[in-house]
Amino acid sequence: MSRVRVLVGTRKGAFVLTSDGKRQDWDVSGPHFGGWEIYHVKGSPVDPDRIYASQTSDWFGQVVQRSDDGGQTWEPAGNEFVYDGAPGTHQSIDGTPHPWEFTRVWHLEPSLTEADTVYAGVEDAALFRSVDGGQTWQEVAGLRGHGTGPQWQPGAGGLCLHTILLDPVDAGRMFVAISAAGTFRTGDTGKTWQPVNRGLNSEFLPDPTAEIGHCVHRIAMHPSRPDVLFMQKHWDVMRSDNAGDSWHEVSGDLPSDFGYVIDVHAHEPDTIYVIPIKSDSEHYPPEGKLRVYRSRTGGNEWEPLTNGLPQRDCYVNVLRDAMAVDALEPCGVYFGTTGGQVYASADAGDHWAPIVSNLPKVLSVEVQTLP
Amino acid sequence: MIRVVLPYHLRILADIAGEVQVEVEGPVSQQAVLDALEARYPMLRGTIRDQVTQQRRPMIRFFAGGQDLSHEPPDAPLPEAVALGAERFVVVGAISGG
Repeated sequence: MSRVRVLVGTRKGAFVLTSDGKRQDWDVSGPHFGGWEIYHVKGSPVDPDRIYASQTSDWFGQVVQRSDDGGQTWEPAGNEFVYDGAPGTHQSIDGTPHPWEFTRVWHLEPSLTEADTVYAGVEDAALFRSVDGGQTWQEVAGLRGHGTGPQWQPGAGGLCLHTILLDPVDAGRMFVAISAAGTFRTGDTGKTWQPVNRGLNSEFLPDPTAEIGHCVHRIAMHPSRPDVLFMQKHWDVMRSDNAGDSWHEVSGDLPSDFGYVIDVHAHEPDTIYVIPIKSDSEHYPPEGKLRVYRSRTGGNEWEPLTNGLPQRDCYVNVLRDAMAVDALEPCGVYFGTTGGQVYASADAGDHWAPIVSNLPKVLSVEVQTLP
Repeated sequence: MIRVVLPYHLRILADIAGEVQVEVEGPVSQQAVLDALEARYPMLRGTIRDQVTQQRRPMIRFFAGGQDLSHEPPDAPLPEAVALGAERFVVVGAISGG
């Protein structure tokens, strides 16, 4: 029977949650790296026992951890992230030029084909790649170098590259998202990049439809249909049917189109999930009801999923990297909250139950489906 | 032999119990001690000082003999008591919450 392993990054350590294919009884391992912020933990699709973790601290900086036994033991890997050439400047929060400074790794994306290749999205926003299992890192410099970098500016959470989507069909194509710069695409494994933000509308910009400057919170794709992208923006849920060349809004009848997470059902490319948050200053669910919204039509028509989720007095948030799906049948859906709960649904969202309820603030959730 | 005390989280990271003893050839300075420490424990690179600029991380301090040596030049000699192993070179993480 298949198993699942849920990798949870929290503000005070990492946790590994495991279950069989029924996904009802769970073992909880952790905290690993207790006391450190674990921004992201993700396993290699090539070798599921190879797991990378971003361990960070305001005191001690960045550490990258690597496990080769499915998260039972860990070894520090390389943590030297040096921008290529003269780093230049981006916009600071007050609008003045600010030199690029590495702060932390927000997201680790292992290659779909090589266990020793992994990408890192970092703050200040840049993309790094390692081809030796995380021992050394080189900047994919074409992203910052394509021309708009000096105009990028941070959101309240920092100028972070938080989403990396690798195209499983076209090995040279990938997408990244940066808050608050937007979405960018390469077709040549990172040598050249272009902003792909046409159709986005952000009222906080002097030109709401500008080429860059949009606070994209998360993008998602189904591996069988990489030209179709879904986006949770600062406000607005968006969809592209042409690999980002243009976007259109699919917020439809959501109670709020602000939020962070968005993900796609493992077996139904037009079934997508979001968790509406009340507003950009009220980071909690509308009406104190924690509701996952599911669209089976690729957006616009949404249904609330509430069975097993708190429907009163709930004021947690769900951060951008804190939702994932497994590949079992039926598809499992998981998300973690700033209140320390990790919720799971083993039936595509119809019923929910907490796996754990009292972890530190959850920063990220990933799932591995194991044989 | 230089005796170095690390903060709890760096001892865990480097799998160290208690204080560390490192050998330094030549003048004993902050830089020389940290070079020796990082050579023995590569996983500590970047956690006490920036890997590129070699500047002390902002929330780290260096104490020895009841003095804060954090703002001394990195290549300035450390007190003789540290060089002789009578006093410990203490790496401290700032007291701050969260």
